[in-house]
Amino acid sequence: MPEKKIRVLIAKPGLDGHDRGAKVIARALRDAGMEVIYTGLRQTPEMIASAAIQEDVDVIGLSILSGAHNTICPQLMAMLHEKGMDDVTVLVGGIIPEADIPALKKSGIAEIFLPGTSTQDIIDFIHRKVPQH
Amino acid sequence: MSDEAKAFTQTVPPAETAASSRQPSAKEQAWEKNTLQPTLKKNPERQKEFTTISGHPIRRLYTPADLPDWDAERDLGFPGEPPYTRGIHSSMHRTRLWTMRQFAGFGTAEDTNQRFRYLLAQGQTGLSTAFDLPTLMGYDSDHPLSEGEVGKCGVAISSLADMEVLFDQIPLANVTTSMTINSPAAVIWAMYLAVAEKQGADWKKLSGTLQNDILKEYIAQKEYIYPPEPSMRLVIDTFEFGVKHTPKFNPISISGYHIREAGSTAIQELAFTLRDGLEYVEWGMRRGLDVDEFVPQLSFFFNAHSDFFEEIAKYRAARRIWHKAMVDRYKSKNPRSWALRFHTQTAGCSLTAQQPYNNVVRTAIQALAAVLGGTQSLHTNSLDEAWALPTEFAATIALRTQQIIAHETGVTNTVDPLGGSYFLESLTNEVERGAWDYIEKIDAMGGMVAAIERSYPQREIAEASYRYQRELDKKEKIMVGVNDFVSQEKSLDVLQIDESVAHRQAERLSKLRAERSQAEVDRRLAALRKAAQGTDNLMPLIFDAVKSYATLGEICDAMKEVFGIYEEVAIT
Repeated sequence: MPEKKIRVLIAKPGLDGHDRGAKVIARALRDAGMEVIYTGLRQTPEMIASAAIQEDVDVIGLSILSGAHNTICPQLMAMLHEKGMDDVTVLVGGIIPEADIPALKKSGIAEIFLPGTSTQDIIDFIHRKVPQH
Repeated sequence: MSDEAKAFTQTVPPAETAASSRQPSAKEQAWEKNTLQPTLKKNPERQKEFTTISGHPIRRLYTPADLPDWDAERDLGFPGEPPYTRGIHSSMHRTRLWTMRQFAGFGTAEDTNQRFRYLLAQGQTGLSTAFDLPTLMGYDSDHPLSEGEVGKCGVAISSLADMEVLFDQIPLANVTTSMTINSPAAVIWAMYLAVAEKQGADWKKLSGTLQNDILKEYIAQKEYIYPPEPSMRLVIDTFEFGVKHTPKFNPISISGYHIREAGSTAIQELAFTLRDGLEYVEWGMRRGLDVDEFVPQLSFFFNAHSDFFEEIAKYRAARRIWHKAMVDRYKSKNPRSWALRFHTQTAGCSLTAQQPYNNVVRTAIQALAAVLGGTQSLHTNSLDEAWALPTEFAATIALRTQQIIAHETGVTNTVDPLGGSYFLESLTNEVERGAWDYIEKIDAMGGMVAAIERSYPQREIAEASYRYQRELDKKEKIMVGVNDFVSQEKSLDVLQIDESVAHRQAERLSKLRAERSQAEVDRRLAALRKAAQGTDNLMPLIFDAVKSYATLGEICDAMKEVFGIYEEVAIT
């Protein structure tokens, strides 16, 4: 039986339009054999949670550069919890001050990838976290 | 178009492509045989291929054989004269240094007003305003979508009341102000003009720059509100208004900066920016404006990345292309339309979060390239900007970097000191040729708006950006402190913007809404809505609405009702 591909939703929440990182990651994960859905820009936590359910994803990757992470991440985590999606692995990539990392992890974010992370590190992390079905 | 020119786009040609047509002199051939080859046998070169950060191939040595058809008087010329390779002024930085213009903005208008006054006191010579994301997207600070974003990436400006505070005690008649705002540019400009009017400043003497470059928003930065057609109408409205009322103000800064930050190559940055410029010229002419009346006020904005010579070649090629296009395509008769004036900002995307003090060095080298490339104004990034907006400490070092280049290095003593270098002249030719190839391709698509609708520039940039990431991942390109020379360092103290900014803004807005005449606001918004359905210039109506203290969000919403909103096709 063929292995089921890992499904990843790459999302760009907030008002920021700088999508270079989101697009590079989407492409790298796809090249690594994952099924990647990119939401496009300016997604609210609600839109992201709905897309995650609809697409039945294993992983959500959020790209946030604007400093709005402390508002957006807890909102999304609460929404996922409400919808019974606690088993989805949520990753954040972007500009996140180190001081904010503990609180974000406590809210359920599995990992935070800072600028300069190689795409292979992210791929490896997802493989460890989401064993193929 | 020659096959050689084609080879420079999209795919990077092999390093020896250019060599095939080279005819080295007998002496050069002898050097290669007798000196070079024996050395290479003993000590091979470090890499098989040497390329710029954009992937452009670079030869081992440049000699007269690389410039076979080059004519110094024709291709280099003299500064202040066509083709402007050496700069747009005859004595360049000997007469006047570039404007040191540090981009600043955070928190509330009060916070940023204080930073502006600090920077002016430190010897900065022009202001540059960064707005927060809600302002850039046309939302008031108290809009639900603004939550978490107020004052974070720039200053929050929701109405004329905020603008009055932003420029409090700063005489707009005497400083030049740049404002980085695009989709809502007409509204923010109207607020600025209203403040100037209140200060008693003569509009005819006001000088500064509005970014107002919507095309690069669709291409790269993605801060758009309306679809391309009505957006372009608003841009041309500002041109037309400016010609009449503010002849010294630049109504646009046609920007390659964001295109490069989105991951383009140097040639793509140059080509897409200049093709955007041509698009604005054509739309202006279609409005009935005289080329030589509005083009002199169009200004440009480029990135200064780390590949030193490639960047200098880019600025020189930019001036040559613009001159040629103005004369050949639009039959311009006014030398002021031919001379491409530009601002430069060092590359934010080159800064590393790791070992952040290294960013001072990167920025200094990039700034030096901009100066040697003949920039008119310059922003140097601060060492902490991979993490946050700069602290005052970091912003001061960035400004001092420019002052050191200006006053200690001696590079301003002579015009275009690198002119005539075999390497730089060859590279300038190649970058120019590569850019023309893209420009002609976009012409064939029917222009830049048509190309954007086909996602052409977006796709080219995404390809280049992914290629560079793969090169980093494979260590074919090195970023010091990131994929090599890694060490642990303690983290920086960075500027924090807390949510109290949003609360203060919300309070100020509810007070404003309670105190202004709502009937007057409604009347002026209705007039704007009605005019938006027709073809009149909207600037006077936006100005009226602003003066009644209608908010940015209200004015943008009124136009949204008529123009609709733009949604891009997301490509990955």
